[in-house]
Amino acid sequence: MGAFGHYLVSHFSTLRLEFWGLLVGGVANGLIYGMVAVGYTLVYGVLRLINFAHSEIVMTGGFTSYFVLRGVIGTSIPNGWATVGVLVVGMVAGGVSGAVMAMLVERVAYRPLRRRRAPQLAYLISAIGASYFLFNLAGKEFGRVLLSVPQPYINHPIFSIFGAPVQLYYLVIVIASVGMLILADQFVGRTRLGRGLRAVAQDSETASLMGVDVNRTIALTFALGGALGGIGGFLLGLGTGVVYTMGFVPALKAFTAAVLGGIGNLRGAMIGGILLGVVESLSIAFVQPAYIDVVAFGILVLVLLVRPTGILGERLGRAA
Amino acid sequence: MTLEVRDAVVRYGAITALHGISFEVRDGEIVTLLGANGAGKTTTLRMLSGLHGVSGGQILFEGQDVTKTPAHVFTTLGIGHVPEGRRIFSQMTVEENLEMGAFARKGSTTDDLERMYETFPILKERRKQLGGNLSGGEQQMLAIGRALMGHPRLLLLDEPSMGLAPMVVETIFRIIGEIREAGTTILLVEQNAAQALRLADRGYVLENGRIVLSDAADLLLTDPRVRAVYLGEGAES
Ligand SMILES: Nc1ncnc2c1ncn2[C@@H]1O[C@H](COP(=O)(O)OP(=O)(O)O)[C@@H](O)[C@H]1O
Ligand SMILES: [Mg+2]
Repeated sequence: MGAFGHYLVSHFSTLRLEFWGLLVGGVANGLIYGMVAVGYTLVYGVLRLINFAHSEIVMTGGFTSYFVLRGVIGTSIPNGWATVGVLVVGMVAGGVSGAVMAMLVERVAYRPLRRRRAPQLAYLISAIGASYFLFNLAGKEFGRVLLSVPQPYINHPIFSIFGAPVQLYYLVIVIASVGMLILADQFVGRTRLGRGLRAVAQDSETASLMGVDVNRTIALTFALGGALGGIGGFLLGLGTGVVYTMGFVPALKAFTAAVLGGIGNLRGAMIGGILLGVVESLSIAFVQPAYIDVVAFGILVLVLLVRPTGILGERLGRAA
Repeated sequence: MTLEVRDAVVRYGAITALHGISFEVRDGEIVTLLGANGAGKTTTLRMLSGLHGVSGGQILFEGQDVTKTPAHVFTTLGIGHVPEGRRIFSQMTVEENLEMGAFARKGSTTDDLERMYETFPILKERRKQLGGNLSGGEQQMLAIGRALMGHPRLLLLDEPSMGLAPMVVETIFRIIGEIREAGTTILLVEQNAAQALRLADRGYVLENGRIVLSDAADLLLTDPRVRAVYLGEGAES
């Protein structure tokens, strides 16, 4: 057996020992990616536009929920039902602020371009401009250091899967993200407004002939994606604290997840997110943790090369 | 008066597509707008639905000024539009497409769907299929049904016979006649001039963005200049 053989054997035994723990962590991370990915995929489906300012919507959700929670609980450590209350308040704060910020970005950075029928490149530049403006503003206003609310309760293991402890934090992620993803999916697939959104995604001009207010529908799309992104920001902040650059890497990974699942495809974004989170997490058994991002973005490049339409392909127009 | 257009000018950038056209559609009429490819027929209908702003002139629908009304409001006002090329939502089912026609309208659509399926039995058979999987004729029926779901008092039809087999064209024209019998006023754009004029009460001939002729349909049918357009000799594109 050569050196590479030893490498594989030793690392696969690491994988076997830590599999369940890595899997749980990977799924949890992946669900956050998936939730943030929905924002990319919805906006892409409707406008054929990658909203590169989405990372700052995540950041907005993180900071807003941080400040709201600090205002609500101060330095006390909640327990029992108070914990649940705190989590719900944080989610609402993250979701609402994310939705508002996303609509604001659409209004300021994109709508004026749409009215002028600007070329695609103008949107990209506008998006990057909005993104830099927002995170630098946050850096200046809130400082450039990591802030965290003391929340030891969140790391308590509450049960275990095959010996791997599952912390309350992971349970919160699963409930929040699965709940929001199902909600978004049903909204787009089953409601009247969701049908309007799909019509705009397929043919906005004909949708307007049907009485769909295209501008309002686009705002709604940003709001929906922004709400999920903002909640993603809250969950990220809960785990690792908030800082003005917090949106950047997770949003890029969410974008990878969206591409992986087939950009424009809602369910694809969720599947892509979980897949990316799990692969990334399991790769810890094989590479140094510092290489995790290399794995994630290696996957992005690979997917773009091999299957540019992603796993499920593009199809927001369809009743998911 | 259902529709009155006065001196409407439409431009695409530096190109003027409509050089101040005026025409009218009275209650209960079928009026046909004829003209060669590129004459400005589609532009006229798009202007009437607010898809294209006018640079001059005025549009009145049932006496109300709708010159600056945004596109999504027209279906609520009572104007239905069957666009050129049908523009079916290909990733939605037949039934969802029909439902889209009633998007702006409150209340249940069950009765309307039933009515559409009676008018277009083939759509009932295909109701769960994706719009993109229908044949051209079926798509045209779906586009018409979709517009009717909005309860229009004025229906704009843009070349409903385009690309269809003669038998299907017969069916489409028969249905257009029935829609008028049921009380909907119709503005019909066609390249198929003979058939359109046989169905219509009056007609206008558009050439290079100008109305060059207007008369009762039966008179236009025998007009040598119309015959030229109908045969395509008037086409300048
Ligand atoms: N989107 C557009 N941009 C520029 N010119 C256009 C556009 N659409 C139509 N035109 C021009 O306007 C004129 C009228 O076109 P159209 O209304 O489509 O004619 P028709 O429906 O009678 O065939 C043509 O000369 C056409 O080239
Ligand atoms: Mg045309």
